[in-house]
Amino acid sequence: MSFINYASREINCKIVYYGPGLCGKTTNLQFVYQKTAPEAKGKMISLATETERTLFFDFLPLALGEIRGFKTRFHLYTVPGQVFYDASRKLILKGVDGVVFVADSQEERFDANIESLENLKVNLEEQGYELEKLPFVIQYNKCDLPNISDPEELRELLNPWGVPEFQACATTGEGVFETLKSVAKLILMELKKGAGGR
Amino acid sequence: MLGSHQSSFVMYDEEFKRISVVIEKLLRESNSKVIFLVDKNGQLIAGCGETEHLDTTSLASLTAGNIAATGGLAKLIGEKEFSILFHEGEKDNIHISIIGQRVILVVIFDQRSSLGLVRLRVKKASEELGVIFDDLSKKAEEIEQSGNAESPFAEITDDDIDNLFS
Repeated sequence: MSFINYASREINCKIVYYGPGLCGKTTNLQFVYQKTAPEAKGKMISLATETERTLFFDFLPLALGEIRGFKTRFHLYTVPGQVFYDASRKLILKGVDGVVFVADSQEERFDANIESLENLKVNLEEQGYELEKLPFVIQYNKCDLPNISDPEELRELLNPWGVPEFQACATTGEGVFETLKSVAKLILMELKKGAGGR
Repeated sequence: MLGSHQSSFVMYDEEFKRISVVIEKLLRESNSKVIFLVDKNGQLIAGCGETEHLDTTSLASLTAGNIAATGGLAKLIGEKEFSILFHEGEKDNIHISIIGQRVILVVIFDQRSSLGLVRLRVKKASEELGVIFDDLSKKAEEIEQSGNAESPFAEITDDDIDNLFS
């Protein structure tokens, strides 16, 4: 749920990166953080375990610039991907404006992707959202690795809706900003629709 | 206004000023250092006091995460929510409370104040803030129903959006 503040002339939106454990959600945020000018970003917060697995969430605030005199800010969150952190994942989806599903292209994570996407749908429904109606994009991460699933097969199972999708390698940054731009754009278009624009 | 099915939470100038008056009064009367208001999704609504050296955006996000996590705990043991949280540090303490199940009020204070005083003043301020957020909610609803919402986003173009990323 976006927050439009007429007093400070700001608009804040929340983007959540979802996906199976170790698919590269945190790496996406880290790359965005590294490549963003200091004045456009806040501190990145990672609530992680000692082994650097996300425990609760990562958080990165970004200021993109102005639209019609309103400062546009995006708050990027990741969820913990490991299956047993489901209670935390539900909490982080509260008030979400747009979702990035980060799939792990490796063959052995094929089922984990499907399970995670199903979990996303269920958790969104619990909050009263429908994935189909939310700004939503898919990123096929780790596409540089040798043992990847057939992209067509992945697409068929993960993206039957034909939402925007991107091949990515989050460690080198390939596809990271394309993914972010795409979901941000969808969110702004949604705001426009909600405001009565066409 | 803050329901999960609404598309946006809107803050107007008038209510923002009323809120600022209440939290500034609370800051004085409770002898605290910093006060801020956050919505349950982690967006900073307003703040006052010694905020210049504080990363208020991170504080807002973590506060909301904290409330969400303790809310989850509450449900597990059959409580609706824990409406007050208190974190005690060596010098500074944080008092967190939920106003009208929607907004989070955070008070940071040190030895110049006390938990008792903060609790007392927060209780009174919460009532006043609750009224303002009710008004805000009604106003947003009325404006939405009248169809006169002057959203800055009704007129945005693809170019405006593309320019953000250039």
